[in-house]
Amino acid sequence: MIRFLKLTMAVAGKDIRSEWRTKESLNASIAFSIVVLLLFSFAFDPASESTKEFAGGLLWLVFMFAGALIVNRSFARELPNDCLDVLIASPLPMAALFLGKAIACFTLLMVIELISLPVFGIFYDITWWNQPGWLMLILTMTTWAMSVVGTLFSALTVNLRLRELMLPMLLYPMLIPALMAAIQLTTVVLTTDPVGGDNYTWVKLLVGFDIIFTSLSLALVDFVLVR
Amino acid sequence: MVPVSVENVWKYFGDYPALREVNFTLESASCLALLGRNGAGKTTILRILAGLSTASKGEVKLPDRRRTAYLGHNIGIYDELSALENLKLFGRFYEVENPVSSASKWLERVSLAHVADAPAREFSRGMRQRLALARVFLHEPEMLLLDEPFTSLDDRAIALLQDLMREAKQRGASIILSTHQLREALELATKVVLLNRGQIAYCGPRTQAMVDDPAALYRDHGGEA
Repeated sequence: MIRFLKLTMAVAGKDIRSEWRTKESLNASIAFSIVVLLLFSFAFDPASESTKEFAGGLLWLVFMFAGALIVNRSFARELPNDCLDVLIASPLPMAALFLGKAIACFTLLMVIELISLPVFGIFYDITWWNQPGWLMLILTMTTWAMSVVGTLFSALTVNLRLRELMLPMLLYPMLIPALMAAIQLTTVVLTTDPVGGDNYTWVKLLVGFDIIFTSLSLALVDFVLVR
Repeated sequence: MVPVSVENVWKYFGDYPALREVNFTLESASCLALLGRNGAGKTTILRILAGLSTASKGEVKLPDRRRTAYLGHNIGIYDELSALENLKLFGRFYEVENPVSSASKWLERVSLAHVADAPAREFSRGMRQRLALARVFLHEPEMLLLDEPFTSLDDRAIALLQDLMREAKQRGASIILSTHQLREALELATKVVLLNRGQIAYCGPRTQAMVDDPAALYRDHGGEA
């Protein structure tokens, strides 16, 4: 188990280091997030109460599209020099490869989200830190959902010529339940209502989604990668 | 001991049989040259042996993955990482006891110690090829799977690879290499498998006659050089 975790972290560290050095998708995602948030701030009146009601939806829409740029690179990063073949031929468990890549995606997505949040707060005049614990929990669970599903589909589409197009087409419909929960909960948190009652159902949905898709992905990754 | 055995292996791509009833074994400390024209099935069998693809029918037996090494058509190193980081990473994957000192030792061996901390993308083609060879031999594998390893190597890298393969054979490793460079392959090979359209046209020991006239193998057993 310790060896598995060490290998997982070695893969995650390698991906984060590679991305940090090239900043190929990180720069694009951050720029995309900020530009979309800026443009929508001109379309909606930040002083209006209704803005707060769709703020959660807007925020996750931005995170989801920016996230696609990150997860797209996850397995595509292994294509130059046929590194994926070398990894598959090595004794590295495919589950460790998958988990390492999902952790790297998660870390990069969290960086984008934590940079975008203050920008969002300024442009839309929203105090986003009222319930920091809940906000972090929602961000963590939904970002993990995006990372796991995104990494699995990145593995599935890695050898397709139109993978940049195929990945979002597969990813977004699959993420609908997690995004519904995230949008609902984020709106509650941003409008400073207490999270409770019916909202716990959305929390349970997110937890369930994460557990099911993480288990399913770990079970399927061998089949997905070895043709 | 027979570390490699391939029994009645078939591989279909759609309806097309890329491999048809392929059988061979390989003993320790021996080298098998997998020959055949383009499309004969050399890469397909090597990919099955490396675990990159599965056989449609038949069975393949190999040593533990930790003791095997695979070099495909490409070098399999990360351009964004330094030479040392690349070798350290693969050292961890292959459970090398001390990845840092092993990586440093191999960088010395392939004459890349002076650029250990430089990213691989800044290397010349020859340097990248030597780094790839260091990656392959880093964990002292018992089984080497080399797919056209001499292709596009410079003279220095060819000499280095031949030395490394000889050393590996001497310490008991088995080698399977596919190649079109008959002379280089037959110098080292102890056994030859000639594939023709996915079928074995010849499987047997390498003879001195093959070394003297490599093209005769194709003339006598079918296929084209």
